[in-house]
Amino acid sequence: MTRPTPETLANTARRARTAAESASDVDHAAATSAVGAVRPAQAQVSGAGSLVRSLEALGVDVVFGIPGGAILPAYDPLYDSTVRHILVRHEQGAGHAATGYAQATGRVGVCIATSGPGATNLVTPIADAYMDSVPLVAITGQVARPSIGTDAFQEADIQGITLPITKHNFLVQEASEIPRVLAEAFHLASTGRPGPVLVDIPKDVLQAPTTFAWPPTLDLPGYRPTLHPHGKQIREAARLMSNARRPVLYVGGGVLKAGATEGLRRLAELTGIPVVTTLMALGAFPDSHRQHLGMPGMHGTVAAVYGLQKADLIVALGARFDDRVTGKLDSFAPDATVVHADIDPAEIGKNRHADVPIVGDARHVIDELLAAVTVERAAGRTTDLVDWWAQLDDLRERYPLGYEEPSDGTLSPQYVIKRLGEIAGPDAIYVAGVGQHQMWASQFISYEKPQTWLNSGGLGTMGYAVPAAMGAKVGRPDTVVWAVDGDGCFQMTNQELATCALEGIPVKIAVINNGNLGMVRQWQTLFYNERYSNTELGTHKHRIPDFVKLAEALGCVGLRCETAEDVDRTIEAAMSINDAPVVIDFVVGKDAMVWPMVAAGTSNDEIMFARGVRPAFDEDDI
Amino acid sequence: MTMHTLSVLVENKPGVLARVSGLFSRRGFNIDSLAVGETENPDVSRITIVVNAESSPLEQVTKQLNKLVNVLKIVELDPSISVARELLLVKVRADRTARAQVLETVNLFRARVVDVAADTLTIEATGTPDKLDALLRDLEPFGIKEMVQSGLVAIGRGSRAITAGPALRAA
Repeated sequence: MTRPTPETLANTARRARTAAESASDVDHAAATSAVGAVRPAQAQVSGAGSLVRSLEALGVDVVFGIPGGAILPAYDPLYDSTVRHILVRHEQGAGHAATGYAQATGRVGVCIATSGPGATNLVTPIADAYMDSVPLVAITGQVARPSIGTDAFQEADIQGITLPITKHNFLVQEASEIPRVLAEAFHLASTGRPGPVLVDIPKDVLQAPTTFAWPPTLDLPGYRPTLHPHGKQIREAARLMSNARRPVLYVGGGVLKAGATEGLRRLAELTGIPVVTTLMALGAFPDSHRQHLGMPGMHGTVAAVYGLQKADLIVALGARFDDRVTGKLDSFAPDATVVHADIDPAEIGKNRHADVPIVGDARHVIDELLAAVTVERAAGRTTDLVDWWAQLDDLRERYPLGYEEPSDGTLSPQYVIKRLGEIAGPDAIYVAGVGQHQMWASQFISYEKPQTWLNSGGLGTMGYAVPAAMGAKVGRPDTVVWAVDGDGCFQMTNQELATCALEGIPVKIAVINNGNLGMVRQWQTLFYNERYSNTELGTHKHRIPDFVKLAEALGCVGLRCETAEDVDRTIEAAMSINDAPVVIDFVVGKDAMVWPMVAAGTSNDEIMFARGVRPAFDEDDI
Repeated sequence: MTMHTLSVLVENKPGVLARVSGLFSRRGFNIDSLAVGETENPDVSRITIVVNAESSPLEQVTKQLNKLVNVLKIVELDPSISVARELLLVKVRADRTARAQVLETVNLFRARVVDVAADTLTIEATGTPDKLDALLRDLEPFGIKEMVQSGLVAIGRGSRAITAGPALRAA
């Protein structure tokens, strides 16, 4: 059997700088600015040529897509371009791959689809990127301008459809606009609070002759993200941090996006304040760090949930008080004064009132907090956190993350995931789907570095893992990329493994196969009287599909592991294969559950450590 | 709940109104009245929105509006220091016997007759929503055949202009 070598991957390391990087630290006070350091260029091209030249000028090294009628003109110049196009099997795969690429590299991810069904297949990944603030540019073909509005073949109003799920979107009206619109799309996607931007281009615009001129001048008079925080608010936050008795740093994905992890570590160590990192922020602060309490929220650690709940000061950095973190909002952290720093002013006060609102980029906020706290300390103002830490340490000791071995002798999914993290180590990238396996991957793998944990947090998109892992591997070809997927999720998007096999993208997939839609089954166990309505998938009972055979059919190596003794050996076998994608079918027990758990709609005070086990909090300590 | 009047300056581009109105419905707000038109700068349109909301959700919707890339500026107009008007066109039954009385009402409210037919008069009136409500109440007994009302437009009193400012490139 011949396989494409991954040498093509080496090419993707080129063009390290993109508009995202070059623009990320620019002040946006000026309403208009030029992008890129590319020397001015002019050429007579088609609209499609202008599109591809713009992508090249923006430093795009790879795009994920599928051609079709309306976008076809763009694929002709793309054929000769330095931009690598990866032909996916479904547009959803293109969108999530671009997202995985963006999350693993910090650069803008690009996906391309044709009009109508091609564009609507991008809706889920665009919504996913919107919820998780991922810098994504989606380029779609549209029917020719005279046909717009006539219900033409493969016409869909994708601009209208994506209004609520994009940071901004464009319908290009003239070929001459293409370089400016592309530059604006990249600028919008990658600056401020990042997010997806869609550019819809009618077919006749792609075909029209035009002049490509670079760099264009951006025309975004209404777009002025605030990057630098207000000094007075920073000083107030520093004063509170120096006086609080039970403070917590509540760290969200914004800290990763701002590249502020080093500053965060220094701030935490300077102040001694405990840190919690949300699902979107895993890796922003080392899991092994003594001050790390773990993840807060529905399946967070007891110490992290309790820490927020009993805090007298919460310093939220790039986090958004999501319902999965706060539990029942009315009873969340009742005694806490809240400092809320976010680059998006609309997040501040949206769910929880902020006593000290700070609008700014997390990197600037943290740097300025460091300076302000240093001033406080120089003036002798520090707080004693010994009692607070004693309580938290006691909780960590009494209620550590753990799991019970299944009593029926089946393989424990938590054990598989834990060993995977230990063997692949903290340098690998882990990409999860959505469900029990995602929560276990968040709990039992130790994240030490930024951009090593990718998942669909806000939208909870099953099927995210395989294509996102593909995108991550393309963006960081020298890094081991493991997708931790469920048997339900895997069956939604595994066709992209054909793309991986043919394009030389050797991702590794651990299917945590419990034969069921596990998280839904867990809720049926707990809240629906064990009535398992439509959650059994038959991947155990009938072995349909057989994931090993499926993997082989898709050009991958397929392995199976059904016992604890085989776990290490199988993972190591997968680690030794670097010229093809590998799928391991881990056949695990179906009754394992994710603990701790705060049931949806209940207060964080009601956290359950395990089924029927409420942690004993010593209220007298507070 | 209180009525709030927002003046939203936006780029004069296709689809901007859909972005603004869609945001209101998406975030669970009802628009009581909406009026759109060009400003002294043809690149800039002004949307006047009247919305019934508590101040804290209103702040959230204002912040969300500000995030729209085509939105340049949002000002909430304080009713005590602004002028607000609506336009009303109403077709009233007015045969020979009632016509004099209808015209008396028209004059009383400083409204105008803009079309005359054998048995109807079409009346144009501008004013505050309160004034137009009063006019309609007085015309009701004659029989209102058809009516159409514009959204509210409003502008601040005094010499300051909200269209002046760094957000607006050409203003």
